[in-house]
Amino acid sequence: MPRHFSWRPYVAGALVGVLATLSVLVSTLLLGKTQYLGASTTFVRAAGFIEREVDPARVKANPYFAKTAPKIDWQFMVIVGIFIGALGASVVDGSFKLEAVPPVWRERFGSGVVKRALGAFLGGIVAMFGARMADGCPSGHGLSGLMQLSVSGFIALGLFFGVGVMVAAFVYRQKGGLR
Amino acid sequence: MSEQWLGLITGICFGALLQQGRVLRFEKQVGAMLLQDMTIMKFMMSAILVGMIGIHLLVAMGIATLSVKATLLGALIVGGALFGAGWAVMGFCPGTSVGAVAEGRWHAIWAIAGMVAGAALYAEAYAHLEKSLLAWGNFGKITLPGVLGVSPWVVIPILGVVFVLVFVFFEKKGL
Repeated sequence: MPRHFSWRPYVAGALVGVLATLSVLVSTLLLGKTQYLGASTTFVRAAGFIEREVDPARVKANPYFAKTAPKIDWQFMVIVGIFIGALGASVVDGSFKLEAVPPVWRERFGSGVVKRALGAFLGGIVAMFGARMADGCPSGHGLSGLMQLSVSGFIALGLFFGVGVMVAAFVYRQKGGLR
Repeated sequence: MSEQWLGLITGICFGALLQQGRVLRFEKQVGAMLLQDMTIMKFMMSAILVGMIGIHLLVAMGIATLSVKATLLGALIVGGALFGAGWAVMGFCPGTSVGAVAEGRWHAIWAIAGMVAGAALYAEAYAHLEKSLLAWGNFGKITLPGVLGVSPWVVIPILGVVFVLVFVFFEKKGL
């Protein structure tokens, strides 16, 4: 085995496969409604909650918010749970670390917090607009879609990653080639 | 048990596993897109490998049904490309952004804010897109075994072998 070999991503990933299967089983048995892992729909619901505080009539009249209403559902609580689970796991094993700018970003764009915030914010807008258009993200399309051998999952994950590779090469490329 | 409690428990397990797999980090996500560190691919493909067997067993036993997303070619191509571009710059996907903040990488909060704004923008654009781009290239809720006209138990072992070969390749290259 090469020097840097680690079982970590394989074992944690395989356990997510077990979790996804158990989630389908238990949600079907207990709720009578089969739940597949996903994440991006919750961002629509969250946007609806916030927008409703500012302009409730606009949310009410919007056909997309009618389809994906602001409510706390199963997936919304999964997202809340991800926060709790990741916080707990990182505190327990000591890998919790406060970080204002990620190292890879700092090497390319410097340690400015504003620049990082702008990049993440604008990237976030584009990514979520795309995820909602494609009707899923790497969880819903990537994990749940491919587990079900869905054609849409293969196309979506291929494009997510393929375009990600091209844009990353362009954004993070430095003099003297890729770092 | 309510839908919300079940979701919370599922999410706590998911978050802990994402964190232990070390896939929540900016450098792991961008590292994969720079073809330097395939941690997130190893993680996702391992999950898919186990999950596709488990879920298809549940379907074969008549316990659960699939919930396949429709293949809308126009929406998938344009939306998928936009997601990929945004993902590379932001360095997180929707699920991992929340977990990243939880393990102290608080800069992911900007990504979350951007994604909420992006969702609101999409809600504004939806009425126009529904009749144009989203209506183009609708192949319905199709699966790979369905298209090939074979049982999923033909596709699953083949994909399994391909995935394992990819894992071997990653490890040989030290990715």
